[in-house]
Amino acid sequence: MSSVYDVAIIGAGVTGASIARRLSAYKLRVVLLEKECDVSFGVSKANSGIIHGGFHHGASTLKSRLEIQGNIMFDALQRDLHFPFRRCGILVAALSFEEMKTVEKLYMQGVQNGSIGIELCNRERMLSLEPKLNRDVVGGLHAPSGGIVEPYRLVFSLVESAVKNGVELKTKFKVNGVDITGERFHISSVNGETVTSRYAVNAAGLRADEISKLFKAEEFTISPRKGEEYLMDRNAAAFTSRVIFPVPSPNSKGMLVIPTVEGTTMVGPTAEEIEDKEDLATTGDNFEKVFYSARRLVPSVSERDIITAFVGLRPALEGNDFYIAISTKCPKLVQAAGIQSPGLTAAPAIGEYVKDLLKKAGLILEEKPNYDPAIDPLPRIREVDPFTAEKLIEKNPSYGNIVCRCESISEAEIVEAIKKGHTTLDGIKFYTRAQMGRCQGGFCTYKILKIIQRETGLSVDEITKRGAGSWEITGRVGEFQIFSRTGGKE
Amino acid sequence: MTEKKYDSVIIGGGSAGMAAACRIAEAGYSCAIVERETALGGILNQCIHNGFGLHHFKEELTGPEYAERFIQAVKDKGLDVYLETTVMDIEDTGSMKSFYGYSSVYGLLHFSCRSIVLAMGCRERNRGNIGTPGTRPSGIFTAGLAQRLVNIDGYIPGKKIVIVGSGDIGLIMARRMTWVGTEVLGVVEIQPYPAGLTRNIVQCLTDFNIPLHLSHVVSKIWGKERVEGVRVSPVGTEEGGNRASFDLDCDTLLLSVGLVPDNEISKKAGVDLNPETGGALVDSRLMTSVEGIFACGNVLHVHDLVDFVTEESQRCGEAVCHYLKGVAPGRQYRTVSGANVKYVLPNMYNPDGDNRFYLRPLVVKNGAELVVKIEGREVIRKKLRHVQPSEMVSFTLDREEIPSLESSRGNTLETGIL
Repeated sequence: MSSVYDVAIIGAGVTGASIARRLSAYKLRVVLLEKECDVSFGVSKANSGIIHGGFHHGASTLKSRLEIQGNIMFDALQRDLHFPFRRCGILVAALSFEEMKTVEKLYMQGVQNGSIGIELCNRERMLSLEPKLNRDVVGGLHAPSGGIVEPYRLVFSLVESAVKNGVELKTKFKVNGVDITGERFHISSVNGETVTSRYAVNAAGLRADEISKLFKAEEFTISPRKGEEYLMDRNAAAFTSRVIFPVPSPNSKGMLVIPTVEGTTMVGPTAEEIEDKEDLATTGDNFEKVFYSARRLVPSVSERDIITAFVGLRPALEGNDFYIAISTKCPKLVQAAGIQSPGLTAAPAIGEYVKDLLKKAGLILEEKPNYDPAIDPLPRIREVDPFTAEKLIEKNPSYGNIVCRCESISEAEIVEAIKKGHTTLDGIKFYTRAQMGRCQGGFCTYKILKIIQRETGLSVDEITKRGAGSWEITGRVGEFQIFSRTGGKE
Repeated sequence: MTEKKYDSVIIGGGSAGMAAACRIAEAGYSCAIVERETALGGILNQCIHNGFGLHHFKEELTGPEYAERFIQAVKDKGLDVYLETTVMDIEDTGSMKSFYGYSSVYGLLHFSCRSIVLAMGCRERNRGNIGTPGTRPSGIFTAGLAQRLVNIDGYIPGKKIVIVGSGDIGLIMARRMTWVGTEVLGVVEIQPYPAGLTRNIVQCLTDFNIPLHLSHVVSKIWGKERVEGVRVSPVGTEEGGNRASFDLDCDTLLLSVGLVPDNEISKKAGVDLNPETGGALVDSRLMTSVEGIFACGNVLHVHDLVDFVTEESQRCGEAVCHYLKGVAPGRQYRTVSGANVKYVLPNMYNPDGDNRFYLRPLVVKNGAELVVKIEGREVIRKKLRHVQPSEMVSFTLDREEIPSLESSRGNTLETGIL
């Protein structure tokens, strides 16, 4: 459509998705622009999935305010959107009396921020809350309002809800130019596509500084801060009942032991300042660091249980606070930059906050009478009892075809993911969890390749892991000339 | 919900499951095989190379041919086979076991049976298990997945290939990928000796001049979207040190870095596992720690030849028959690993019968000796020409070789390689 959008949001991570969903409640034409081939494929896909407890940051920061507000919004959000989320609580374990002093400061900070139910614990209480803790623990902090979430599932459901209420999503839209004529932004992509809007939101994560420049708005620098995490089998003995934090250092919350909401255990992340926004490589050195640190908290953490490792990049801004404001140089642009931890927790509150900023910038908000905040829950075969499973299979036999044996994911769930637009192997993995278990796709990849071909009409060599050049299959048997090595036996 | 009742249900329709099932059916017990794939045969179906059956059939067969003989036997015996059916949770209610089978063909099935044979096979270790640093692009496959893609689906996963690990599947795939017209740049093995069978080193690498880099690892993978290259480093040198490290430009990495018994269902059923094998702890009858649940084949321990799987599984099938008949197990004592032995199976022996053992050496050695002791008393000493970790050692301890034992003692049997 050539007509003008009211708002263009750049970036479909958790920030952009939260803003899009919030705006979808109003009579507005909103477009959500994403450079990758699927949503949540940047910063939001690779992080610890923690809903923070509101005690890590001082009350003077914007991030602590939005963290507390966002945290409270998660129960209602889950009721509408059905993403995996559990308020399991957070423990900070002090292993020395020196560390305990820091814990006491965190506690005071949490109380000041309004962290619900936060408490100081002695050694005995720490060990009763989590018997797997190091016996050398001297005490700690318990924040029962903390929790865990599947970050990509959160983003997928936010976007689904936004799209259901009229937001247009454009993937593979990598913004490379902005023309400003009068009251209009003309935002163009590397593919030569252009959208025109009256307002814009910069939620571009690692690229927020580059996007700001294109709008000739504020100059700032996003510095990627690399975090490496290790994911362990769902049978790992180290699976704890709550998220276990070490006592933080001034720069980082430290490396954690995380019982993920889907039942696996994760340890990490590291925190390393780097230059390259595309450096997603794991290193051998960090492995030692992460496991040393994790075992200090929970001695049963074992490297034998590792199923995969990954890297995420935090879009850090100087000063380390969020930068969410109406641009002073470009008054119809709202900046939402530097959204690193606790960005996931704060996201619903950021949606609210940016909506208010847009209003302040002049956007007229008129509620949509037919706004529906809920999306349909998707049945998952491994979460239902056998009697419900039987009914599902009767209605749709492909619920009985278990494609991913490690995570018990049925063909029906994979087809649903494809219908919702997740047509890459990674998109399907993040939506369904197929390929995410202990065999990492060894047994189900070929089945998923077939299902994608059948459902989308793509040929096998067009299927990718995550878009662009990440092809999987290069040809068919019989197509190539036989390769002959010089000097080889004939 | 359809109710199904059997004397015995076999979970997994590969070489192990079919061999056990046939024995049970021959004895006249009602028996069914539950298989999650669309055909019986398991991993043999994608092993289109030859070299199977030399021990069992005394002739050389391809994987599908070997499987076909058992598939035919299963058909001839009129066994019930549930294909495309996944077993979810096993419940042990003492004399009866029950579980659900999820299937797009049959709907939801509820099985009740007096005994279960675990025959789910194994899975491949992957990149996460070996912790190879670097980026996470497409183009990293386990060798078995690549074998499936090439041999059954006809898909070629890449053109310039590096293989990590000299396990048999990796070696076979080095040859296979050469045959389909791709370039295999080399096989990288962390150990100073190959992990696969000697015949496969010769027939799959030497004959095709494919370099084998022993005592080397892939220390780094790069490529943002697709694999673009890897660094190969001698063991012991740190990445960046670059002493004799070299880079290979490739678009595909195949991993053949070991197999692990696939025991997730077993764990849910309460079966105790052996950390050395990743399989169940079993007594002299191949019965697990849960009464009435047996295990055989690669789900018990990873075998190097299917012929051994067949032999073990047929014995397992016989043991199931004895159990169903109500034969008491009699006296059983522990077996333990002695010098230079990674594991010995089964974990119990029966002094009143013949016992067949499988063991895996920890060392490479020429002119070794197998020494078996009971309570410190030597009962077998046998020359072994050559041992290495990739080749399983098997031996039988006949009833006559076992001295009379005092039941008041532990009577532990220790097996060592000297």
